[in-house]
Amino acid sequence: MSDQTPDDHPAPRPTPPVQADGRDRLRAAFTKPGVRGQAIVAVLLAVLGFAAVTQVKANDKDDQYLGARQGDLVQYINNLSLASQRTEAEIAKLQRTRDALRSDTASRRTAVERAQQQADTLGILAGTVPAVGEGIRVTVTDDAGGSGAVGADQLLNGLEELRDAGAEVIEINDKVRVVAQTSVRDTGDGGVMVDGTVVRAPFVIDAIGDSHTLADALDFSGGFLSSVRDLGGKADVRQLDDVRVASVVEPKAARYAQPGPTG
Amino acid sequence: MIAAIGLLLGILAGLLLQPNVPIWLEPYLPIAVVAALDAVFGALRAFLDGIFDDKVFVVSFVSNVLIAALIVYLGDKLGVGGQLSTGVIVVLGIRIFSNVAAIRRHLFHA
Repeated sequence: MSDQTPDDHPAPRPTPPVQADGRDRLRAAFTKPGVRGQAIVAVLLAVLGFAAVTQVKANDKDDQYLGARQGDLVQYINNLSLASQRTEAEIAKLQRTRDALRSDTASRRTAVERAQQQADTLGILAGTVPAVGEGIRVTVTDDAGGSGAVGADQLLNGLEELRDAGAEVIEINDKVRVVAQTSVRDTGDGGVMVDGTVVRAPFVIDAIGDSHTLADALDFSGGFLSSVRDLGGKADVRQLDDVRVASVVEPKAARYAQPGPTG
Repeated sequence: MIAAIGLLLGILAGLLLQPNVPIWLEPYLPIAVVAALDAVFGALRAFLDGIFDDKVFVVSFVSNVLIAALIVYLGDKLGVGGQLSTGVIVVLGIRIFSNVAAIRRHLFHA
């Protein structure tokens, strides 16, 4: 190795008397070109710079495995296979998590669908959602010109007959939805108070259900239609494919009743 | 002056030519470069001490490079190439540090 350390340097050349300081010597070497021996030093330094730059360039390139030793390559492979094992284990774990989440989501979606179905059913029953479907439209015209011949009694009978025949949704005059709590009474001046809303003739009753059954249910001797005709009114029953009931009632929380034990 | 120009020329040539390192040389080049660096710093220290000799420099430069490469080659043959390269780098690094310390004392008196 290098013997350039000053201790064992053989035959030191006599130093110029004026240049006692190393700094001065360096300055002199830079300012006075052509000092003997600098040429060979320049050549060696050029070789060094060339080799260093080449090595840096080669190191920058992406061929670190080129010319690598066998032991190093084995080490690389071991590291890589260990890493891939870890990654595979992680993949399996994540897949299990994903499957669990997926089945969770599916069951949750089923629960949501069932809840939505139940909400729809209950909403139609309670009259809190609009409804559409096959049904009939009964138009009752009071021949007396609103004198009140047809009143709460006849309407109640008609509603009962419709419910009997399986009407699912009933609406009067396109503005009052008939639900479980609906009350009907005469106002005394020819109108009928249904759930706090006054309706007058002509009465229009929309009912959703099997249209044939509903129409037949009203039309029998002593039934709604005949009683209306007996009172001098006219009633018209039309079976429709598409009865639209838009009116709804505001759901009210029960003040007194509470759910009891089932079964 | 000429030495500094030579160093610059070498770096420029390396940058411009961008030569590919032959595969057989690949394990030895880094070690050889570090060994040459050690020789250069030793020479600079000797120059500042006023005992620089170009013949000694040439011999130490060439022998440094050759012996470093030889050690690594021998290590490869013995199956301990990687460890031996590390050892050589450590030793050369220590020498470079001590030489640089002496140079620093000369140049900065500190």
